[in-house]
Amino acid sequence: MSNVKAVTDASFENDVLKSEKTILVDFWAEWCGPCRAVGPILDQISVEHSDKIEIVKLNVDDNPQTAAKYQITSIPAMKVYQGGEVVKTVIGAKPKPQLVAELAEFLA
Amino acid sequence: MRQVIIIGSGPAGYTAAIYAARAGLAPLVIASSVEAGGELMNTTDVENYPGFPEGVQGPDLMMSFEAQAERFGAEILLDDVTSVELEGPVKKVTLGSGEVVEALAVIVATGSAYRKLGLADEERLTGRGVSWCATCDGFFFKEKTIAVVGGGDSAMEEATFLTRFADKVYVIYRGDTLRASLTMQQRAFDNEKIEFIWNSQVTAINGEESVTGITVHNSATGEDSTLEVQGLFIAIGSDPRTALVSGQIDLSDDGTIAVEGRTSKTSLTGVFAAGDVTDPTYRQAVTAAGTGCVAALDAEHYLATLPAETIAQTQGPAAPEEKELVTS
Repeated sequence: MSNVKAVTDASFENDVLKSEKTILVDFWAEWCGPCRAVGPILDQISVEHSDKIEIVKLNVDDNPQTAAKYQITSIPAMKVYQGGEVVKTVIGAKPKPQLVAELAEFLA
Repeated sequence: MRQVIIIGSGPAGYTAAIYAARAGLAPLVIASSVEAGGELMNTTDVENYPGFPEGVQGPDLMMSFEAQAERFGAEILLDDVTSVELEGPVKKVTLGSGEVVEALAVIVATGSAYRKLGLADEERLTGRGVSWCATCDGFFFKEKTIAVVGGGDSAMEEATFLTRFADKVYVIYRGDTLRASLTMQQRAFDNEKIEFIWNSQVTAINGEESVTGITVHNSATGEDSTLEVQGLFIAIGSDPRTALVSGQIDLSDDGTIAVEGRTSKTSLTGVFAAGDVTDPTYRQAVTAAGTGCVAALDAEHYLATLPAETIAQTQGPAAPEEKELVTS
């Protein structure tokens, strides 16, 4: 199973928006095949770059308010938050090297 | 070094793996890091795969393929192939991890990639209303209005599936006769939420933050009109994924990998191809599986022509022990 923390509608403000760290939120669902494929890759990135970025996941089925607020219409959607603002969005499951490249500015 | 490496993990790749493994070739399957199982992983009901009278879920079918290949000793690697060197007796395959694996034979079963409309705002609005995966994204369009572009089986399946969520689904098709199978057509015609817009092409996707509408050109009347939709699902077919091998093996005029007659033999010795990447016409799970079998048998015959000392340099047991079948 995934080693990254799950966030919810209730915890989103504290865990993500008010966090001092750079946070990547993986918006996902059980029924989404590409989400399941990219999950383990995010787990790896989370471990390898734990000093730079915290990766959390939000189940869109269980937490519709947050998914709606950020206008999620396609998953997996990975949004990077800094100081409560979305600074980067990556849509769709991508191989690890490609994902690392897209997130490079937050991992280095 | 391996006897055979299979690139791809759809019905063609896994069927090749089942046959190659049962032939004692201990194949290595490079299944992709995020697309393992191929296109059927994003499909719900598969009703035309023989042997499943009640139908089967796409992901369940592919997990069965995988389990069957593993049972006979296929090794499945969740990584991507970044480049290949297919000429010469030893083929080199470079993985996303940077590792290079070698084999005497390679089976290319890389399938196809979704075709894009080619519109200016398509990329920008992807994930903001533009989607290629109804099963992934339909959930977000509850009580919304959606357009599906395309007239084949996948367009009909997506439109029908999307009516579970959406209030209204337009199907926009450039012709006036669908390419989809009659069963799928009829199911869409019978669905009250689906409205067909014939002889029409999407010429623009509108919206700043997210999709708010599309502009549609009717080629019969010459008129342009605007449809208010919040979602646009694109199902206009797919193109063979040949980027990895083009320049090394011959392609047909239609863009697929050229194979010799009913075999899987490509223009390079020891390189075989199967599935949608070779098929401009049929593109079914069962035809892909059929050609995957052909490729494994062709590879087996080819390897049998090589000197014993060459085969002796490869790893993997000659007759692998049969593993317990793990069912989930």
